[in-house]
Parts: sequence; C-alpha cells; structure tokens
Amino acid sequence: MTGTSPAVVAASRLGLTFQTNDGPVQALSNVDLTIGKGEFVSFIGPSGCGKTTLLRVIADLEKPTSGTISVNGMTPEQAREKRAYGYVFQAAALFPWRTIERNVGLPLEIMGLSKAEQAERIKRTLDLVNLSGFEKKYPWQLSGGMQQRASIARALAFDADLLLMDEPFGALDEIVRDHLNEQLLELWGRTNKTICFVTHSIPEAVYLSTRIVVMSPRPGRVSDIIESTLPKERPLDIRETPEFLAIAARVRDGLRAGHSYDD
Amino acid sequence: MDSFRDKLIPVTSILAGVVVLWYVFAVILNAPFQRDLDRRANETPALSEFIGKTLSQPKPTLPAPHQVAVNFFENTFLRPINSNRSLVYNAWVTLSSTLLGFAFGTALGIIIAVGIVHVATLDRSLMPWIIASQTIPILAVAPMIIVVLAAIGITGLIPKAMISTYLSFFPVTVGMVKGLRSPEIMHLDLMHTYNASGAQTFWKLRVPASVPFLFTSMKVAVAASLVGAIVGELPTGAVAGIGAKLLAGAYYSQSIDIWSALVAGSVVAALLVMVVGIAGRIVDRAMGGRPA
Amino acid sequence: MSWLKPSWQAVLAIVLCVAGLALGAIAAPKVDPLVQPAGTLIYPYAATSWLIFGALLLAALISMARIPSVVEAVVLFIGAHLVAWLLIGGIAGFEGLARAPYFLLLTAAWLLGWRCVAVLSGLRPMASWARSALRLVIPAIFGAWILILWEAVTRGAGIPFILLPPPSAIGQRIASSLPVLGADVRQTIFKAVIFGYIVGSGAGFITAVLADRVPFLRRGLLPIGNMVSALPIIGVAPIMVMWFGFDWQSKAAVVIIMTFFPMLVNTVAGLAASGHMERDLMRTYASGYWQTLLKLRLPAAAPFIFNALKINSTLALIGAIVAEFFGTPVVGMGFRISTEVGRMNIDMVWAEIAVAALAGSVFYGVVALVERAVTFWHPSVRGG
Repeated sequence: MTGTSPAVVAASRLGLTFQTNDGPVQALSNVDLTIGKGEFVSFIGPSGCGKTTLLRVIADLEKPTSGTISVNGMTPEQAREKRAYGYVFQAAALFPWRTIERNVGLPLEIMGLSKAEQAERIKRTLDLVNLSGFEKKYPWQLSGGMQQRASIARALAFDADLLLMDEPFGALDEIVRDHLNEQLLELWGRTNKTICFVTHSIPEAVYLSTRIVVMSPRPGRVSDIIESTLPKERPLDIRETPEFLAIAARVRDGLRAGHSYDD
Repeated sequence: MDSFRDKLIPVTSILAGVVVLWYVFAVILNAPFQRDLDRRANETPALSEFIGKTLSQPKPTLPAPHQVAVNFFENTFLRPINSNRSLVYNAWVTLSSTLLGFAFGTALGIIIAVGIVHVATLDRSLMPWIIASQTIPILAVAPMIIVVLAAIGITGLIPKAMISTYLSFFPVTVGMVKGLRSPEIMHLDLMHTYNASGAQTFWKLRVPASVPFLFTSMKVAVAASLVGAIVGELPTGAVAGIGAKLLAGAYYSQSIDIWSALVAGSVVAALLVMVVGIAGRIVDRAMGGRPA
Repeated sequence: MSWLKPSWQAVLAIVLCVAGLALGAIAAPKVDPLVQPAGTLIYPYAATSWLIFGALLLAALISMARIPSVVEAVVLFIGAHLVAWLLIGGIAGFEGLARAPYFLLLTAAWLLGWRCVAVLSGLRPMASWARSALRLVIPAIFGAWILILWEAVTRGAGIPFILLPPPSAIGQRIASSLPVLGADVRQTIFKAVIFGYIVGSGAGFITAVLADRVPFLRRGLLPIGNMVSALPIIGVAPIMVMWFGFDWQSKAAVVIIMTFFPMLVNTVAGLAASGHMERDLMRTYASGYWQTLLKLRLPAAAPFIFNALKINSTLALIGAIVAEFFGTPVVGMGFRISTEVGRMNIDMVWAEIAVAALAGSVFYGVVALVERAVTFWHPSVRGG
C-alpha cells in the first residue's frame, strides 16, 4: 500500500446484496480496499465479479448493504453532492442534441459556473483530450474514439481529483484503444488525478495501473491486489518487456485462482 | 403476474377517483337546474335531499354514474335482443359493419403493403400518397359516401363497412410496409447466401418478421374501424347502431341515453382491441416469441 | 434486335391502340339541334383522332428503342399527357357518349404514364437536387394520373354529377365559393381546432409532467391513457354540444378531449425514454430534479412529444369536423359537408373535403417542420 498519502477511497468489509426474482445475489462481499491520492487502480475480473458495482458504490450510484466506505473522507453521497469525482461510462453517453462543447459544458452548467468560466474550462479540457476544433460538432458526427474522448473531457471539465472509469474503451477497436490508453496515461501523468479504472483486458490493466485489483465472482470479492513495478514513464512497447509479461502472468494466475473460468 | 398487480392497484384507484369526481361534477353541474325547479315549486329541500335530487334528474346535464349504469344495464340485459332500444342490438349493428370493414381493410392493407415492398414503382409513387393521406381528416367523407351510395340504392351494412375499410387500411398498410422491411440486412444477406428465391425470402423471413407489426397496426385499425362505423351511422337519419343512438339522444336531449351509448361503444372498442391483442399474443407465442 | 428493349406497358399500349383503331369512332356522334337544325351529326375528335393515335404509337415505339432513360422518360411523359389532354379536351360537349376506343386509348395512355414512372423510379442520379426532384416528380405524376383518370372516366362515361363530379368541376366550385370556404375554415380551424389543439396538447403535457413525479400515478395513467386512445371518443360530441352550445366552444371541447390522451401517453413514455447511463451521469453531477428534467429528460422526450403533436393535428381536425355534424351555427366545414350532402351539392362537399385535406396537410407539415428543427439530432431525422 502506498500508505502515507491520505486515502481517496477507503472501504472496509464492504458488502452489497441485490434482491432479484431468483433470490438474493451477493454482488460484493467483504471488500477491503484503500486507494491513495494519485494512484491509478484497475479493477479486473470476469463478468459478475462486482467490479462495476464497486465503482458504482464509490460513485453513490448503488448503496452498500453492509460495511463502510468513504470517499475523500466523506460518505459517497456527500462526495457526490460536492462533485468530488468524474465518471466515464462504458458508452460515451453524450447528449445527441448538444454540440461537443455544450456536452462538455453540461456539468459546468449544472454547477452554475459563469459563462466565461465555462468557456475557459471547455477550451482547456478539449485541448487536454486533443479535440480542439471539434467544439461545434454534434456527437454523432464523430468517430467512436473521439466520442469517448469527449466524454472523458466532460468528466475532467470540473476538475474533480478522482476519475472513475467503467470500461471506457471496451466498445472500441484495439488500435483506437492503444492510442487512447497512451493518451490517458499521459493525461494522468500531467494532472496527478486519482483514477479507478474497470476493465476486462489484462494488458490494458497492466499497462495503465500502479495497482491492479483482481476480483472474482459468486460472491463478488477481491481475490488479489498486485502492485505494478513498471516505471511511471511507459511507452507502448513496454508491453513486450519481461517485466510487463511477468505482471500480466501474475494477474492471469490471480484470475485463475478465483476459479473464474470454471463456470 | 407482479406487473399485473403493479398496474391493477393504481389503475383501479385512479378509476375510483374518476368516479368520485364524476359524482362531484354531477352535483355541481345539475345544481342550477334543480335550484330552478325547487324555486318554481317553492321548496327548500335539505342539502342531502337536494344532492339526491341532482343525481336523479331524468335529463341531467351530467348524469350520475349510477344512472348511466342502470340505463346501460336495462338496455343491455333486460330488453329483448331484437328490440330497437336494446344496446346489444345496436352494438351488433355497429359491430357487424366494423368487422366487415376491418376484415376488408386489413386484407387490402396487406395486399398494398406487399405491392409497395416488392414493386419499386409503387413504392416511389404510391407510398408518399399513403403517408400524406394520413394527415387528412378522412372521416369528413363519411356522410358523402353514405348519401351517394344511398342515391344509387346501396344502403345498410355496405356503406358503413366501406368507411371502416377506408379508415382501417391506412394503418395496416403503413405498419405492414414497416414490418416487411424490418428484417436486418444480415438476415437478408443470409437468405441471399442460400440463393433463396424471392418467394422463399418473403415467406420465411419477411412475413414472420412482420407479424408483430401487423398486430400492432391491427389494434389501431380496429379502433379506427369502429369510429368509422359510428360516424357512418350519423347521416343516415339514425336507424340503428351506436352512432344512431348518439344522434337520437342528442335530438331528444336524452343525456343518459347518450352516455350509455358511449359506454356501449367503449365496451365494444375495448373488447375489439383486446381480442386483436390476444390473437396477436397467441400467434406470437406459436411462433416462439419471447414473453415480453 | 439489339436496338429494341421491349416493355410490357408499351407493348400492351400498342395492342390497345390498334384495337381502338379497329373498333372505330372514339365517341358516339351527337346531333346538335341548335347549330344544325337539319340534324347533321357532329363527330367528336374529327381533327384530333389521328394525332391521338399517332402520338400514342410514336411514344410507345420510341420508348422501346435503346435511348437514355431520361430521354425515354421525357418521351413517355409528353406522349402520355398529350394523349390524355387531347382525349379529355375532345370529350367536352360529348359527355357520356364515349365508346370503347376512348377507354382503350385512355388505358394505353395510362400505361405509358406508368412506364414513365417506372423508368423514373429506376433512375439513380448522382446529384442530390436531382434525387429530391425525383422524389417529388414521381408521386406528382401518380397523383396527376388519379385526377386524369377521374376526370376522363367521369366525363367519358357520363357519371351523374351527384355521384362523382369530375375534378375540374370541383376546382371551379372551389374557385367560385372562396368566401364561403374561407368563412368555414375560420370557424372550424382558426377557432375550434387551434384553440382545442393547444389547450388539449398543453393539458396532456402538463398532466404527464406532474404524473411523472408520482410513480403511482404514472403506472395507473399509462394503461388508462392507452385504453382511452382506442375508444370512440368522438362520441362525446353530442354531450359537448349540449354543454357548451352550438358555437365553436363545444367543438374545441371535443378537440381538447381527443388530443389530451395521445399527448399524455406519449409524454409519459417519452419522459421514461432517457437512458440509464445518462440518468446516472446526471446523478453523478448531483443534478436536481428540474435540471435533469430540462437538460436531459425533456430533450430526450421530444421525439415522443412531436409524435403526439402530429397524431393530434389529424385528430383535432377530425374532432372539430365530426362534432359539427351534431349541430353548429350555419358556418363551419362539418356543417357545410353535412348540409350540402343533404342538398346533393356533391361538388361543394368535395370542395370542402379538398380544403380540409389541404388544411390537414399544411397543419401536419408545419408540425413536421418544427420537429425537424427541434429533433435534428434524432436518428430518424438525421438519417433521412
């Protein structure tokens, strides 16, 4: 654990049980996790392991049924009301009736920022994700990769320290994905944000993260936490180094130990 | 079944609310006339008696629900079915032309839709008119059709059925064109790789894909068909049928009769839509559709 | 025979043309007692019959030659419409005297017209203006032929005026009774329809937004609204006339009731249409109810709301016109239709129907244009 820096997310004995028509389902059970400031933490595991649910609990989109969790030292609800985090969904979820700049400005409008400040922040964040020049375009006029970049810009626009990303690149092809991974790392390096990143791709998790949380299903739980030994500077071809492959092998072992492929 | 209970309680409580409001409005709307009557008779009834009287006028402005219910019950169950005043008889007169028109309209709609889907010329020349004609108040031609056909000696069932046909073929055509075109490119390509003939693609892919669309549009069509039959009964001088009952009620200010004719029309409409819906569900299930 | 590409329409047209030639005169002659008291017969088409046959045969033959499709379409267009014009022009004064060749020639001309539409339908021009022009021209020719056949058959066969007047007579009637038609439109559309449409749609919308806050109401109203839209609501017209009198207020009341439920049902459905992800997004911004409503749910509901507005534009007209069948002051479209039908002035009825059709299309067109402007982002608009 990175220890000394104050915890951005702290969960202890966290549990969440959904009541469904087929009886209760334990989506999360006994999750203990602390995420420090500036970390890049990936959550990986097969479907049904609760990685998205955990992210949604941090975002106060689901309420835990047992245990405790704090975000920036507050309850998730207080953190949400303070707009403490930006959330990126699996799909871009841009509003088709708004231009790119007005989509990025949506959270700023809701928070009641002045027009001038909105314009300034929109420009800055669009620069950050390399979308300058597309301000007046509508989402459907952009490619999938550009749409997802716009949605990242929207999450960055209000300068929250915490970025929650739920398989943001899952629907994109591998070439675009590599490119966006590189850009995301660069962005993280520049802004020093804390990022929680859900994925089901082992290379993606290893390439991006300082820490990889391996999860397994039925009940959804944390089965292993792997610290990355890779340097902070990571060119794309780091993925061919023995160090990278060794970490990937550990993640794969962790997934296998969770019996995730038995059923 | 849960969704059924989820709906049943709100629906029944809203309906109960409507009935209560209805009573309140009946009292309010009928009060002026009743006050007038009492003044002429030099009576000053107690409030409860006054309210009772407002709810039992013979020709009230707004009949109370129980007055309509009693009238509906009497005219439905207590009269001989062949009586001119029986609602069953009148409903049957309207229903028969509705059904005839609906059957013709559906058949016509399907045939036109098949033509539009398969003949490019029809698609590009006829389809715009079909769509445009939906914006036209077609019902306005109803009196003319009735009177003109009567002038050349065609009366009774057929003219009303023609109006119903006219009203019901539009939704079916539009729905079926949409349905026959609903198969995905991938499925059409699949049939293409089998070297399937046009007829095979039609029967094995397009027709099954169009069935849900057909029943959805048939529900709209059957309701339109009933409206057509009712309006078709207005200009004939009111012989029989729900429309004739409405018109007769309007002539003689028999508000209770109008309301119970309206209830009868609504019951027929609800039954028709329900029957089409059930038929659709049965066909859907027979074709292996997932229960929604 | 590589210079020939036969089409069944052209071949059949030639066959009909030849059959027409063999059967003799296009229409029976008639005695004009005023001009020629001696009783000499006047033959119709004396001067034009060879032109008619010639134009038909020529157009049919040229169309089958290997020429560019555009030229073929133009030749067919000119041939078919010239023949139709000559036939209709020639029957003037000889109404009801047409013989078999008249109808054979008419059919032949119609076949050429069909062939023309078929050729045009096969065109795939590159320029977008040409494509949009074709989208208008093809249905226009189809519509024109409905009028041509209607005119030619009613006059050629001498169908009694009170059964089906020819379009030309209806057109004359419209032109000669503009003040009456104008007054009817003012009474029915500018008073009853517009007022009822705005109040009914507005009330439906507001009810839906209010009901949306209470899940209990929403669950109950949706099935009720769906069922009510299948009911013959038009039947409340006599009640409204009893309540609000003969003038436009009672018609507006019918329109309000008819337009209320489609708007209610569609708005409720539309407010539920925004995606889970988008709503979660608004939640992560700690967005309030009204902000979410204004910025997400109402824009997402716009296609549904416009759907209701379009349905209502037709319903409002129907409601107002049919309600007038139950009693009006002596003005209004429904009043005019029902009284002129009674007087057997069928051409006036058709004139009123034509005006109603025009009004309906314009009303719908305006709503559709606003829809295109507001929901430009929706796949159904930007795709087409």
